[in-house]
Amino acid sequence: MNDDRVADTPHVVVEDLVFRRGRKVVFDGLSLTVPRGRVTTVMGPSGTGKTTLLRLIGGQLRPDSGRIWVDGEEVARLSTRRLYALRKRMGMLFQTGALLTDMNVFENVAFPLREHTDLPEELIRNLVLMKLEAVGLRAARDLSPAELSGGMARRVALARAIALDPDMILYDEPFAGLDPITMGQIVTLIQRTNSTLGLTSVLVTHDVVEALDISYHVVLIAEGRVMDAGTVEQVRAGASEWSKQFLEGRPDGPVPFHYPGDSYRDDLMRDRESGNG
Amino acid sequence: MADFLARLGRSGLHWLALLGRASIFLFRVLSAQDAVVRRFRLTLIEIYSVGVRSLLIIVVSGLFVGMVLGYQGYITLVNFGATEALGGAVALSLVRELGPVVTALLFAGRAGSALTAEIGLMKTTEQLSAMEMMAVDPYRRVFAPRFFAGFLSLPLLAAMFSAVGVMGGYIVGVGLLGVDAGSYFSQMQAVTDWREDVLSGVIKSIVFGFVVTWIAIFQGFDAEPTSEGISRATTQTVVISALAVLGLDFVLTGLMFT
Repeated sequence: MNDDRVADTPHVVVEDLVFRRGRKVVFDGLSLTVPRGRVTTVMGPSGTGKTTLLRLIGGQLRPDSGRIWVDGEEVARLSTRRLYALRKRMGMLFQTGALLTDMNVFENVAFPLREHTDLPEELIRNLVLMKLEAVGLRAARDLSPAELSGGMARRVALARAIALDPDMILYDEPFAGLDPITMGQIVTLIQRTNSTLGLTSVLVTHDVVEALDISYHVVLIAEGRVMDAGTVEQVRAGASEWSKQFLEGRPDGPVPFHYPGDSYRDDLMRDRESGNG
Repeated sequence: MADFLARLGRSGLHWLALLGRASIFLFRVLSAQDAVVRRFRLTLIEIYSVGVRSLLIIVVSGLFVGMVLGYQGYITLVNFGATEALGGAVALSLVRELGPVVTALLFAGRAGSALTAEIGLMKTTEQLSAMEMMAVDPYRRVFAPRFFAGFLSLPLLAAMFSAVGVMGGYIVGVGLLGVDAGSYFSQMQAVTDWREDVLSGVIKSIVFGFVVTWIAIFQGFDAEPTSEGISRATTQTVVISALAVLGLDFVLTGLMFT
């Protein structure tokens, strides 16, 4: 395939996605595209289903209706074998790192290599050390996951996610709960991984400043649909009231401070009436 | 009344759904059993963790149960002047009933709860999800080797329990109470039938191994991914396994000895 054409086709296309969890509608006609070879950030308030979106893209959940294409393949229609083949080209960084606790750091990074390749031990060792060096944790290879801080665990998980040299990495809340230094390290790593390996990166987060710094494409979602999408400049310039409130972190606006309900006055009066009655 | 019926219906549906999920899970675990041979090293590790590490509790319990049987049997038999039949009484009780049943109960407490907690925690910390996203099938990598290990270990542990129990009975009967050593073993040989007694015990322990390991692994897999969820799942593994073992013991005994 011609390289230019590959660069032009989006890596992920989501079309009219509807997904329900019990009676709750998580996505209601969500459509978005993820350009190839760039960092795309999906942002939205907590509980809008950002992680669910990643699981749908990774084929761990199936949409109720609508379609998701990854690299030209429709995820929900793939057989298990082809889905697994697709996943080998897709890394995912979980919020907690999700390291296998019965293995040390080295074995965790070696895990996908051992599972999917017949490489000789010496080569696996070199590859693992290269990946760990890239995230700055080569010297921590003998530690167990329990001995790592949150940031370190996420870096090991990143080394594991790039072990099979994927085309795309999905990051689930990569900045959540990190101190400023570690946050800076993770931001740099995501940026560096993306530019040196030419990956497509999809971040879901609600850390606006860090995400906008490194993103090319931004998608804002809330209430099950896309509120705004485009390049960082486009979204900043033409942002709707809702997006402005979200991006600037204003406490009140289209998203009200108060949980919807009866008026405060009525509530207080009713209490008095029932007390009197 | 309507409320009671609604509650009854809901609870019935809940159990039916649970049974459905458990059956689908079992089917998928069984379809992944080729991994047991292909990934034999993983299976060996699990046999060690599930079977070998349960040995101590099984051997010690077997010894005590055998010793108690020695005493109790002697007390009854001495009234009839038939103490030489002690060996047969001890062996039959162990091989037919106590070996498979007590081993299964201990196994559910020792290995079953550990399996549930381990798998539940793997689920809670997203390790199973991470495996799936790394294109590694948890059914082949995690569940199949553990299931086979439990299924294989329980009958072997039950055999060990019965053997040690017989020795416990010997220590008390022959060593402390003065029953003749020769008649202890010859009586045992004379009254214990291979097919009727030993084989039926083995069949029981195979069924218990299957059921207890299934319950334990499924409870971990189905656990709500919170600390309370895991704690509930672990408790349920022990409770449901115990009830299943005792219930099945009755059914199997009924089927085999009628």
